[in-house]
Amino acid sequence: MIRVRRAARDVAVLTSRNLVHMAREPLRLSDVTVQPVLFTLLFIYVLGAGISAIQGGSYTEYAIAGLIAMNLTTSAIGTAVGLSDDLGSGVIDRFRTLPMWKPAVLVGRSLTDLLSATLCTLIVVATGLVVGWRPHAGAASVVGGIAIFLLFSYALCWVCACLGLFSKDAESSQGLGLVILFPLAIVSNALVPTQHMPAVVRAIANWNPVSAVTAASRKLLGNPNPSAAIHAWPMQHPVVAALIWSVAILAAFAPLAAWMYRTRTLD
Amino acid sequence: MIEAHDLRKRYGATQALDGLDLEAPAGTVLGVLGPNGAGKTTAVRILTTLTTPDGGSARIAGHDVVREQTAVQRLIGVAAQDATVDEVLTGRQNLVMLGRLGDLSRKAARARAADLLEQFDLTEAGDRQVKGYSGGMRRRLDLAAGLINRPPVLFLDEPTTGLDPTSRVRMWDVIRGLVSDGTTLLLTTQYLDEADELADRIVVIDHGHAIADGTATQLKAKVGGARLEVTLTSPHPDAAHALAPFITGAPSVSQDELHLRGPVQVQPGLATTVVRALDDAGITVDDVQVHPPSLDDVFFSLTGGDR
Repeated sequence: MIRVRRAARDVAVLTSRNLVHMAREPLRLSDVTVQPVLFTLLFIYVLGAGISAIQGGSYTEYAIAGLIAMNLTTSAIGTAVGLSDDLGSGVIDRFRTLPMWKPAVLVGRSLTDLLSATLCTLIVVATGLVVGWRPHAGAASVVGGIAIFLLFSYALCWVCACLGLFSKDAESSQGLGLVILFPLAIVSNALVPTQHMPAVVRAIANWNPVSAVTAASRKLLGNPNPSAAIHAWPMQHPVVAALIWSVAILAAFAPLAAWMYRTRTLD
Repeated sequence: MIEAHDLRKRYGATQALDGLDLEAPAGTVLGVLGPNGAGKTTAVRILTTLTTPDGGSARIAGHDVVREQTAVQRLIGVAAQDATVDEVLTGRQNLVMLGRLGDLSRKAARARAADLLEQFDLTEAGDRQVKGYSGGMRRRLDLAAGLINRPPVLFLDEPTTGLDPTSRVRMWDVIRGLVSDGTTLLLTTQYLDEADELADRIVVIDHGHAIADGTATQLKAKVGGARLEVTLTSPHPDAAHALAPFITGAPSVSQDELHLRGPVQVQPGLATTVVRALDDAGITVDDVQVHPPSLDDVFFSLTGGDR
């Protein structure tokens, strides 16, 4: 019990350290503050202008959940970059000589990024409300529709922790993250319906976890969800699929990150 | 308190440690003296749980550094060669954070941080970001960070390398203050005078193992104290003979026969006596120098050759 309390304290101490970093370097937060507003406006007023009809509503109604997915997926790179930065600085060596709970470095990072993901989501939601998007469901369902994104985002940040631990510095983890996360966000139902994609791309998109999470959220938010007409299993059961994906990613990548952290820091 | 036996560590083609033994009884200061690349930092990294050895074993107060890392970490404080503090945080935030991670309560961590900032003359800079600190300030903060939990065993890896002479002497005073209250200290250095100033016992290491071991006085005796260098106005056949009474062994003579050198025992008025003896023999001298023993001399006499 004491051990658990100490671990929780170590996580809290490191999370607040990361928050001090954020407060000192607010420009680094641009990918969860400025970028979501920019993407939302660009997609709705530029790309959305060319998309006339979405089954069951307007493109704005359709796009907001997808924009949350897209922003969260791409901003997960922040975890990789932040961790690479830490590994490159001497302070990690200092942490390693302390009688602390060592994985707190990773858990603290993931909680910090969960907080910035929450900020990012709220900013997209606020921008969406300004441009005319509305949820059409009960309060509990709407909260569920947002929470499912945060769970997925948290799982994804452990994937990015692995990328950060794999890369030799912050620049290369940024590059690697972009190469993996950008296609993950785009080859999905987040920004356009998958129906008109070529067969192979469509199959990938329908099984992409980002699609499952986005479809689940659209369903819970009561927004247009053309994916419901697709016969692929995750599109038929988006909420269950989104939960399975998130938990599976977390179960695979959190232990992997912990192992990579141990081996990487044990030269 | 600190015991290491037959430590071995290889990095690729480099045998960083090749059977190193170290021992520092409680309350003593062990100086580990050696040039760059001798294995000093690797030894400190193993003893402070940052790296595991390929072979051999080490214990801190009886706790194995590989198998009982947490127990060891509760006993040690470290100030590494590269400052290991968070650049973005302030000095005070660093100390409070590290105190918390080292198991102090929030209140105790704050109080301890304030004390250490005061003790290391950093109170004024305490609430500024570490980014803006000078080299000396960083070193002091790093040392303060190592002391946050009042560790009974302290490791300082080249604490004055890169510091200007004033900061260096100041750091020595700080370290002397620390050991006066019974802390066991292992200190690595490239400077014989630093080991001489601070250490009770000195281990000289080269190529990953100890080549000599003893008190500063014992080592100096091996080195021969100091080195005398005489530059003649013109070559003289009796010069070596005239210097013989002062120099331990035969002096080495340069090819042009103008420069003679050799180990001497320092005594008051040495240079005057040497000049007078040479003058009596009818030899004129351009220059006489007495060099205190340096690390190079230690190696020269211990390894019997130039490095």
